[in-house]
Amino acid sequence: MSEAPFLEVEDVWRRFGGFVALEGITARFSRSRVTAIIGPNGAGKSTFFNVLSGALVPSQGRIRFKSADVTGLPQHRFLHLGIARSHQITNIFPQLTVHENVRVGAQALHARYDLWTHRQRRPLLADKADAALAAVGLQDRRRRTAKLLSHGEQRALEVAIALVAEPELLLLDEPTAGMGPDETKQMVHLIERLAIDRSILLVEHKMKMVLGLSDRILVLHHGKLIADGSPQQVQADAEVRRVYLGGCDVRA
Amino acid sequence: MTRWPRLSAPGTLPDPARPGSLAGGSIRLSDWRVPLSIVALCALPWLLPSKALAVNVLVYGLFALGYNLLFGYTGLLSFGHAALFGAGAYLTGISIGQFGVPWFAALTLATAGAGVLAFAMGVLSIRTRGIYFSMVTLALAQLVYYTALQASSWTGGENGLRGFTVSTINLFGARINFLDPVNKYYVILAFAACALWFVSRVLNSCFGATIEAIRENEARARACGYDVGRIKLLSFVLSGLVAGLAGALSALHLTIVPLDILHYQTSGLVVMMTLLGGAGSFFGPFIGALAFLLMEDVFSLWTSHWQLVVGAIFILFVLFLPQGIWGTLIALRKRP
Repeated sequence: MSEAPFLEVEDVWRRFGGFVALEGITARFSRSRVTAIIGPNGAGKSTFFNVLSGALVPSQGRIRFKSADVTGLPQHRFLHLGIARSHQITNIFPQLTVHENVRVGAQALHARYDLWTHRQRRPLLADKADAALAAVGLQDRRRRTAKLLSHGEQRALEVAIALVAEPELLLLDEPTAGMGPDETKQMVHLIERLAIDRSILLVEHKMKMVLGLSDRILVLHHGKLIADGSPQQVQADAEVRRVYLGGCDVRA
Repeated sequence: MTRWPRLSAPGTLPDPARPGSLAGGSIRLSDWRVPLSIVALCALPWLLPSKALAVNVLVYGLFALGYNLLFGYTGLLSFGHAALFGAGAYLTGISIGQFGVPWFAALTLATAGAGVLAFAMGVLSIRTRGIYFSMVTLALAQLVYYTALQASSWTGGENGLRGFTVSTINLFGARINFLDPVNKYYVILAFAACALWFVSRVLNSCFGATIEAIRENEARARACGYDVGRIKLLSFVLSGLVAGLAGALSALHLTIVPLDILHYQTSGLVVMMTLLGGAGSFFGPFIGALAFLLMEDVFSLWTSHWQLVVGAIFILFVLFLPQGIWGTLIALRKRP
């Protein structure tokens, strides 16, 4: 393929003082359904994600999104370029209603500095919020205060906040963290549905969940990319097996 | 999708079954908060022991209203608002006293000047967070204080600024005796009413939703694509404009600008008033100013240590009624 890659990560390093969290990660991503980044605890998955979403600036290396160099841009710009994310630890506006949480997300794109128009006089924003809530199945909870939602619902709400920005690339940081089996199943279905018309990159700890869901899996270990390929290739990889041995059964 | 009816309560949704119209039988108090506030303030001078006290409540309430925009709604604890209030007052006094500027132009100039100062203070302080933000604003305000102390040929130094008494004002051809306390109160109220309307409008706007989101979760707001620094700066400037207007009106009211207006105690005062009334509630700042000034009025008759009593009451409020007087009442009313 001669087409420029959708997202390109070139020799990205991230150091925290003396600790090296990412050691020269290089990867190219084309538009695809679901790409998963897995690895044991402390592998650097979240750091990698923070770098991709602009929350952290890489110590070295470049990141290109749709051929534009986005390295070092302020974090808020990433959303406007088409990259939205959810967080490993639920990150919502707890005191606002569910609907307002998502409406504020939509507003960031259309009315950031509007000092004058009444917030409810922009029906487009409310409609977009409703659509995003419907997409994650929270339409019945719209009037609730966000902090009163169950854990699983809060996770879904965070996906809705990211979704309402209509990103081309959706980054999901451990979307099933802390969820029971039923909630996990629902989240997997949600990701499958969302992946139909956008690229999703997700970080996961649970190998099992990722295998059936992703087209491609990257495995990080101690800040290094140790494997990159289809779920079958990654499962068969000797080093991945060694890293995961004892912790989690690769063959699921 | 239906168009949402007008709504003021932040972050709440209208009940589709009960449209917010009068015909629907449900009147949202928050939809009427500006007219209701103005009616309450119109009645105030006739309920208080003295007209001068009423003017003070109005001026400090307005100051706290501006402060609340930054503290209560954006979540930034500034300890430097004395500089903005004082800048408004000094600029009014200097433009009238030394340049013979008409009172209305002086007021406009002073408000704009406070806005410019707020911009400068904001640019320097907003990159810091938490206690550091408070300390930087405090330090910048102290800088303004010592500048005013040194520039005594402009400000009168320790003696304060005098000699700019506005005794009559011309309003659409009518000459109003501004020395009469009742007239003075209602003229100042006209400005306060405009500020109330302006602040209410801003709080209801999309920007109002944005600053609340930043107060709730700054990191998430940034991830949502908001340039948090710029939005905070804008909020700081808006807050400074209102505080500056309050300072300008206080200069017209007192016909003197004491140097103490720039002292950090003034910054502390507005924090106390806002917290007493209810940070993040619309009318709370006026209630806080009223409560504080009434307490001062009453307790200073009993004891010269009135600040001790007010301080104790303030601590009780912070511990047991953190939403303040008005905030608590609003919360009680919302409870089903």
